[in-house]
Amino acid sequence: MKRARAAVLGVWGFVVGDDWRTAVGVALALGATAVVAAAGASAWWVMPPAVLALLALSLRRAARGAARRD
Amino acid sequence: MWPAAQLSGPNPGASAYRWARDHEFPTSTPTGMSGAALGLAISVFLACAVEAVEALTIVLAVGSTRSWRSAMSGVGAAIVVLAAIVAALGPALTSLPIDVLRLAVGGLLLIFGLQWLRKAILRSAGLKAKHDELETYEQELRAARAAGAERAGLDGYSFTIAFKGVLLEGLEVAFIVLTFGANQHRIPLAAAAAGLAVLLVLAAGFAARGPLARTPENTMKFAVGVMLTSFGIFWGAEGAGAHWPGSDAALLAIIPGLLIASAAMARIMRRSVRHGRLGTIAPPGESADTGEAAALGA
Repeated sequence: MKRARAAVLGVWGFVVGDDWRTAVGVALALGATAVVAAAGASAWWVMPPAVLALLALSLRRAARGAARRD
Repeated sequence: MWPAAQLSGPNPGASAYRWARDHEFPTSTPTGMSGAALGLAISVFLACAVEAVEALTIVLAVGSTRSWRSAMSGVGAAIVVLAAIVAALGPALTSLPIDVLRLAVGGLLLIFGLQWLRKAILRSAGLKAKHDELETYEQELRAARAAGAERAGLDGYSFTIAFKGVLLEGLEVAFIVLTFGANQHRIPLAAAAAGLAVLLVLAAGFAARGPLARTPENTMKFAVGVMLTSFGIFWGAEGAGAHWPGSDAALLAIIPGLLIASAAMARIMRRSVRHGRLGTIAPPGESADTGEAAALGA
């Protein structure tokens, strides 16, 4: 049981990494792209700004963590 | 022959191009390598070189302190496991429908790429300690000396540390090789780029007779982060049903665009740190990251 839990946590840590919010954001952005594309509209423009926003938010969280630590 | 159904629709030319590309028809440059394939090779090469530098430090430390034979046995065993992972998962991935594969691969590359990019920017801004190969080497040396007497025959400590070091550093590279390679049906090219990177790092390590402390690791990690994230954006969107203007040529806008935006973010963060608006560099064992779960990757 312990080994199975460790394996699941290992896979989670490997795939999702140390910022689960970014992983969720990526899934939501891809979902939004699929919805826009399914509606018949051009959908290529969804991902670039979404990814930049995810990166900026992730950096802001890290920076705030550093500011709190100080 | 292209199926007629693939050539119908609002833009038959683009449909034909996509169909040809997805079925490995020659959409490449006269040099025989398409832009996407070149991107694949560069990304895998850089990612593998960075991880190989880190693995080399560990292997050098245990090998020179305790037992080269045991350390190299550990390296060999780890390479066999990594090759088995690629061999087992490669065919499974390539058998997926192309859009499902692109969506999954795009999502994974985005998650990996954003992690590499975030950590490289934080290191560049001074909010996360840079990887110091000499310090890591010294730590591994001390740990190897403190691990007790070397055993006759196969030294378990040297074998285990070398095995774990190469496996952990190589696992993410194996996934990059798999995801990039499977998506373009070019796993051999990705594996060759990874192998070349390992050979070059080994040669450099042999020439330096020590850890490669002068490697611009953070710059390489930044570049890998940009490449993984850019390909993640491209393939993820395609897998979700989007069509890029200009098809593969869109990468020529995505990669520099992301590079410029990331460099701007790094610059803003560095300036904020200099002006005291953000925290200072994280002490050893602690980072400015949002968590400490990742023991792998950038």
